[in-house]
Formats: sequence, structure tokens, C-alpha cells
Amino acid sequence: MAALIHIEQLSRHYGERPAVAGIGFELQAGEVLGFLGPNGAGKSTTMQMISGVIAPDSGSIRIDGIDLLREPIRAKRALGYLPENPPLYPEMRVDEYLAYCARLHRMPRPQIGHAVQQVKQRCGLEQVGSRVIDHLSKGYRQRVGIAQAIIHQPRVIILDEPTSGLDPNQIQQIRHLVRELADDCAILLSTHILPEVQSLCDRVLILNQGRLVYSGRVAEQSRALLVTLGRDDDGRQLARLPGVAELEPLDRQRFRLILQPETPVEEISRAIIESGCALHGLQRDQDSLERIFGQVTLGEAAA
Amino acid sequence: MILALAGRELRALFLSPLAWSLLGVACFILAWLFLVQIESFLQIEPQLNAGRSELGVTDLVIAPLFDAAGLLFLLLTPLLTMRLLSEEYRSGTIRLLFSSPLPLYQIVLGKYLAQLGLFLLLLLLTALMPLSLLLGSAIDLGRVAAALLGLFLLLASYAAVGLLLSSLTAQPAVAAVTTYGVLLLLWILNIPRSDEPGQLLQWLSLAGHYRPFISGLVRSGDVAYFLLLIGSSLWLASHHLERRRSET
Repeated sequence: MAALIHIEQLSRHYGERPAVAGIGFELQAGEVLGFLGPNGAGKSTTMQMISGVIAPDSGSIRIDGIDLLREPIRAKRALGYLPENPPLYPEMRVDEYLAYCARLHRMPRPQIGHAVQQVKQRCGLEQVGSRVIDHLSKGYRQRVGIAQAIIHQPRVIILDEPTSGLDPNQIQQIRHLVRELADDCAILLSTHILPEVQSLCDRVLILNQGRLVYSGRVAEQSRALLVTLGRDDDGRQLARLPGVAELEPLDRQRFRLILQPETPVEEISRAIIESGCALHGLQRDQDSLERIFGQVTLGEAAA
Repeated sequence: MILALAGRELRALFLSPLAWSLLGVACFILAWLFLVQIESFLQIEPQLNAGRSELGVTDLVIAPLFDAAGLLFLLLTPLLTMRLLSEEYRSGTIRLLFSSPLPLYQIVLGKYLAQLGLFLLLLLLTALMPLSLLLGSAIDLGRVAAALLGLFLLLASYAAVGLLLSSLTAQPAVAAVTTYGVLLLLWILNIPRSDEPGQLLQWLSLAGHYRPFISGLVRSGDVAYFLLLIGSSLWLASHHLERRRSET
């Protein structure tokens, strides 16, 4: 199956300063790709280029197999985009605004009413349909922005910091929504919240100073476990357990295990106990992505 | 698609007090001028009759009214057109339009149609004043129709120039000031009258092409001038929109 987003050698300058330099990646249907990077790394610029908001200096962008630069109108039909600041008209009512967005995306008129109801329900906007956007709280505005990006059921969804300004419950709701949408769409989202990438994305790309510095499956990081033992140990016994790919001692009682793919955590915990080690704690290593992030972004700056 | 854009724009215009207040002010000033003209016409009417003058109410009331309307609307237009695209740049909503499957010229046309819709309303309100004279006197309807056509073309040109200058900047105030500058300059270009370069300036001036309509003269050259001005302004505006995508 052809990739829904296919990007090659994408570059863009702002004046003299290169904002994005030669980025390339692919995204398949059913995949959620997390875009990470420090502020100013070029995440938003890349997303704007893929959405057709700004034109790249060079490179190619294919959306669902259609060249965005040659046939922008046809390519953009498959596209839903939430910019960093939701593009809202403050004087409009929510229902009115969503219907307008549906029309801009060439949705046939008879379907619009139903689409508005459906997207409001998905984004938790049932209560505010007749309110003026200017009077909404930031959380609601953000969700209207997300609703705008998905109302026409695009196959490629680009969300620039979708959860910014939301409270923890709303964040849960939006994460749930993103997973649900990912069934048959390709979703590209940027965020500053690393655990969000771990819980939401299949793959992660890290940008720094306009370049792609890391690309990997999120599952690779979630195979890291932190093991705390009840007494001092050199860890040799742990390293010999079946299913352990790598072992890194943190101190005399704590170790980081990297599991081999397809090894369930239950099996390891059982194996540790059966081996006679005094197991005090076992948890997923949430920091691994953070560590990679630090290495690739700070390392580059120092070099 | 163009209509969806234009519809939203018009609604936004009328939801803000700006359009209403400008329409109100325009009508008030025109009505005032109109009444003053009628007043002075009534004073000199006996002399006109006595002298068997060919001048009538159309010359002495309606023509000056249209002349004033042309200049008055010039002063109002920049305040209405300044937001058209600048506001979209400033608030970031232009990204919604850029990421929609929508050719850029349609964005320009949608905005332009909305502005024309508002001006048609203004034109209708203006037309009511001379037409009200039908109650008590005979007026030259053909000439009024010509003047209305001229005023419409003039307003359509104002709107196109305003839209063009609004496409150049993210600051509505800058768009307004530059629109004032360009329109006023185009209006007064015909002031140096005599020498050779004066001929060209004369031809470029808005007023020089508008006044014949008021005296009932519909010349294809004048119509072509307005259409050319409108067409080239709109074309340049969509060009600027494209440049904005690739340069900022």
C-alpha cells in the first residue's frame, strides 16, 4: 500500500536562516507519528509545508499518492490540519464555523449537518454548538480547532500540539480520539509532552535545528524496564534471564533491562523471582525517550 | 466555494458595528447634502423658470449628489476593505484557507464579492434619494441610471484596490492608510490640466472617468478603464497571496 504521506528532501529557509533542511519520511495508514523537538526545531514549519500553508524551497510532498506541489487542490482534499493557533473566527458560532469549514473542504451540503453533529460529539462540543467562539475557554477553542481538522473525514491528519491548553481529562479524551481516528488515517502530531508520544504514537521523529536527528518505533523505548532489587547484586544473574536483550546497572540495586521484542513483562517478572533475586520494584522506564531526546538535541547543540 | 467565503465575510462584516456605523454615517451625510441641494434648488427655481433655463432638478440636485457620493465613499472604503485579508494574516485564519482545497483566486474572489455585496446595499440606499424626487417632480431616469452604473463601477474599483492593498500587509491600519493614499491620488490625478503629460494623468484619474457617467454619458472607454483597474487589482491580489505562501 502506498504511503499516505511521503516526503523527500524537504527544505525551507526563512530569510537566511534554514528552518528545515532536507527532511524525509513516510507515514502509512493506521500509523500515528509523533514529532518531537525543541522550540524552533522546524516542526511547525514542516507541518505547514505538508498542509500547503507555506511552499517549500525544495523537495517533494505526496499526500495519498498525489503531488501536493503540482496538484495542490486534489492533494489537499485528503488533508485535515490544526495549526499551532487554531484558525478560528471569533465572531462566529461553533456550529456555523464547523459547517463553514466543511464547505471549504468541499463536503456535499446535505451531509454537513450530520457531520457537524458527529464531530461535536467526538470532540466533546455538544454543549457549546450555539456559543460564539470568542466567548469560549481555551480548552473549548482548542477542541473546536481539532473538530475543524477532522470534520471532513480526511485520511491525513496533521495536528500541531493538539493537547495544548487542555486539562488532564480533556487530554485523555483527545488521546482517545486520536487513537480512534488512527484506524484508517495517517496522523502526524507534534507535542512537547514526551509521555504523550509514548502513549499515543507508533513512531517518533525528533527534529533539531531543521534536521531529522532520530527516528524510531515507540515500542523500542517501551521495552525498557527499571528493576529494583532488595539487596546488592552485580546483575549477572539478571542478564542471563531469557528475554533480556541488554542490561545496564544504574547502581548496586537498580538496573535497566531492555527486553527482546515480543517478550511480555509478566514473563520477566516471573523469571526474576524464580531466579532467586529479591524483586522490590519493576516499572516501565518512562525516561528512555527523554534520554534520547536529550542526547540528540543537546548533543547536536554542543557539537 | 466562492459563495461560501463571501457569505461568511458578509456575515462577519454585519456582525461588527463597523459596517453599520459606516453605512449610517454615509447615508446621513448624503441625505444632508441632498436636502441642502433641494433647498437651494427651490430657492432658485422661480428664476430658472423665468429664464426658461434647460437646467432641471437632475442637473442641480442629483448630479451634485452623485459627485459628492463618489468622494464620500472613497473616504469610507479603506475602513471597510482594510480587514479583508490583513485580518486573516494577523489572526492566522489564512492557514485554514491555505490548507483547504481551494485555488487562491477563489479566496480573492470570495472576499471581493462580499465587499461588492455591501457596496450594492450602499448603492441601493443612495439610489433611493434621487428616486424619492419622483414623488414631486419629473427626473431624467436614464441619466440617473447612468450615474448609478458609474457609481457602481467606481465603488467596485475602490473595493478591488482596497483588497489588493489589504493583501500586502498583516496590519489592517497600514492597509487602510495605503488605500487612502492610492485612491486619493487616483482621484486627484486629473488636477494638472494643460500640458502633454497631463493627458496621461487625466486618463489615469478616477474622477475623469466617473464624471461623464453623472452627466449621463456611458462611454465604453470609461467602462473599460474601471474593468481594467478591477481586473488587474484582483489579479495582483491573488499573486500576492501566492507570494505570501512562498516567502514569509
